[in-house]
Amino acid sequence: MKINDAVWGALFLLLAVAILIHVQGFPTIPGQKFGPALFPGVIAAGLGACALVLLARGFAKRGSRGNGARWIAVDDWIHSRRHVVGFATVLGINVLYVAVVDRLGFIITGTIYLGALFAVFGVRVRSIVPLAVVITLGIHYAFYKLLKVPLPWGILERLAW
Amino acid sequence: MSAAWAQAFALVFDPYNIFVMLVASLFGLFVGAVPGLTATMATALLVPVTFFMAPIPAIAAIVTATAMAIFSGDIPGCLMRMPGTPASAAYTDEAYAMTKKGQADTALGAGLVFSALGGLFGTAVLMLSAPALAEFALKFSSFEYFWLVLLGLTCAVFITSDRPLKGFVTLLLGLLVACVGLGNPAGFPRFTFGSTELLGGIGMIPMMIGMFAISEIIRYAVDTSPQLAIVDKPIGNVFKGMWRLAKKYPIQILRGNAVGTLIGALPGAGADIAAWITYAISKRFSKEPEKFGTGHVEGIIESGSANNSALAGAWIPALVFGIPGDSITAIVIGVLYMKNMNPGPTLFTTNPQNIYAVYLLFIIANLIMVPLGWWCIKISKQILKVPRSILMPVIMLFCVVSSFAINNTAFDVSVMLTAGIAAFFLEANGFPVAPAILGVVLGGMLEENFVTSMIKSDGRLMAFFDRPIAATLGLLTLAVWFLPLLLRRLRRLAGIAEQA
Repeated sequence: MKINDAVWGALFLLLAVAILIHVQGFPTIPGQKFGPALFPGVIAAGLGACALVLLARGFAKRGSRGNGARWIAVDDWIHSRRHVVGFATVLGINVLYVAVVDRLGFIITGTIYLGALFAVFGVRVRSIVPLAVVITLGIHYAFYKLLKVPLPWGILERLAW
Repeated sequence: MSAAWAQAFALVFDPYNIFVMLVASLFGLFVGAVPGLTATMATALLVPVTFFMAPIPAIAAIVTATAMAIFSGDIPGCLMRMPGTPASAAYTDEAYAMTKKGQADTALGAGLVFSALGGLFGTAVLMLSAPALAEFALKFSSFEYFWLVLLGLTCAVFITSDRPLKGFVTLLLGLLVACVGLGNPAGFPRFTFGSTELLGGIGMIPMMIGMFAISEIIRYAVDTSPQLAIVDKPIGNVFKGMWRLAKKYPIQILRGNAVGTLIGALPGAGADIAAWITYAISKRFSKEPEKFGTGHVEGIIESGSANNSALAGAWIPALVFGIPGDSITAIVIGVLYMKNMNPGPTLFTTNPQNIYAVYLLFIIANLIMVPLGWWCIKISKQILKVPRSILMPVIMLFCVVSSFAINNTAFDVSVMLTAGIAAFFLEANGFPVAPAILGVVLGGMLEENFVTSMIKSDGRLMAFFDRPIAATLGLLTLAVWFLPLLLRRLRRLAGIAEQA
């Protein structure tokens, strides 16, 4: 997705201004001139300056191309259902993972996670479930047993090995 | 000193360490050979595993895996016209043209042999220059460090991008990310908005995994280019004719090694940029520039050795100053801190055996690359057939678990995902991500030295130029900032038309 520089500029300008306002509330250290607001303040000011240049450039580019130039231009994949579903699944499945992993546990969540991605990336249907289960158990073994990472058991707590 | 070397040998030739190096080699060769998986991604994925290792095996795993990955990235470039890692992109077309002419063995052989040579050259420079620089750096105060970090960040912006403005934006975003949390000179919780998880700052490793692995997987998910076919021609003896090539192109080899190491040592720019620049240099000074692009081995020799020498070069500023030379060493610095091997000049005086061990690791990694690389070329067609539709989801789940493993919190998984999405959109719009990484890694150091210097000088900015080394570094930094602008103005004044 190509977004016009002016839009980026506006977003960054907004961020810079918000930070500059926010750091005003930072405390000063008694007897010290330089508090915690100084460094982020300087950075935000720099970001604001860059944002203004981006804004100017974005408008200049739009002007030079006539009225046809768009604020946001989408890539080719947006017209392909398979790719849109792929993109949405990659993002969605991670959000889902964070939301349910503690409740369902790693093994169930991991299997769903892999299964969903295999399905949208076109793995053969009858391989999906066995592959997802075996690989999830493999990763669980490597991290939980070998590396001692406390992956959550969730509803499988009673089966914990 | 000899006692330290003896200790280093004992550390490196420990059976466990050798085992780690072998496994890391296989991992690195695989990751490099699969298009879409990069050496930086390999490093990020290794971090959770290195948690559970002693310092030297941890570093050994990273050094070996990255060296192998940068070499094996040449293989799919040669056989499928798709670089395995960005570091091979510069000469992928050239290598593929050689394959079509039936010279795949020469292209792969040159990649392998001169990669190993380049790695050894970079290691030699690391061994010679790092201790000398460290001794010099012992005299540095906060003023010198402030300028050094600023110079490093500036280099990162100007080298990694042909659009410095966008590089500056991502650098500043990185520095802002570094501001989050308690880790500032005043110990005041900044930008935490009441979240306890943000008090410790935004985790660097989950962020890196997101920026280098998740963004790559998103790109795979939306990739509409057709599947590439593997050239199915038998590969002969890859070592045949290498000695003849070495005798024919000695200057190209030396120049590639030297320029590669230098670019590696410059902050922010790593193996990929080293390969692009040396390929261009090779063509520019070649006696037969018209042959470039038609399947001519000269450029492959020069840039193939440069990308491996850049790997070692990047460790020079990382070990001496804690300033990463590329995105791999940006992660390495995090690992060094976790292993209580804080980078800096004192690392060379207090525990020299660790530094010597790092040198040895580089030498061994580049030596075992030759037989293992040869074997990898043999089985490359099998590796390239591994379906990415299965591989990519597995890597993503691996990333999720790795991010979780750093602090055992799901919050880091969210950090990873956010960083991945941000990197995907920023890169799609021409914003380079390398400066952002450097900003996050060096933000704390920049602020600390800036604030300390301001307090020492009572806010007098000219004090930043009082000490001779600080003044030199300061002027150098300002020159990098303003010289291009000044030159452009002068050129315009002189009436020379600007290049579009």
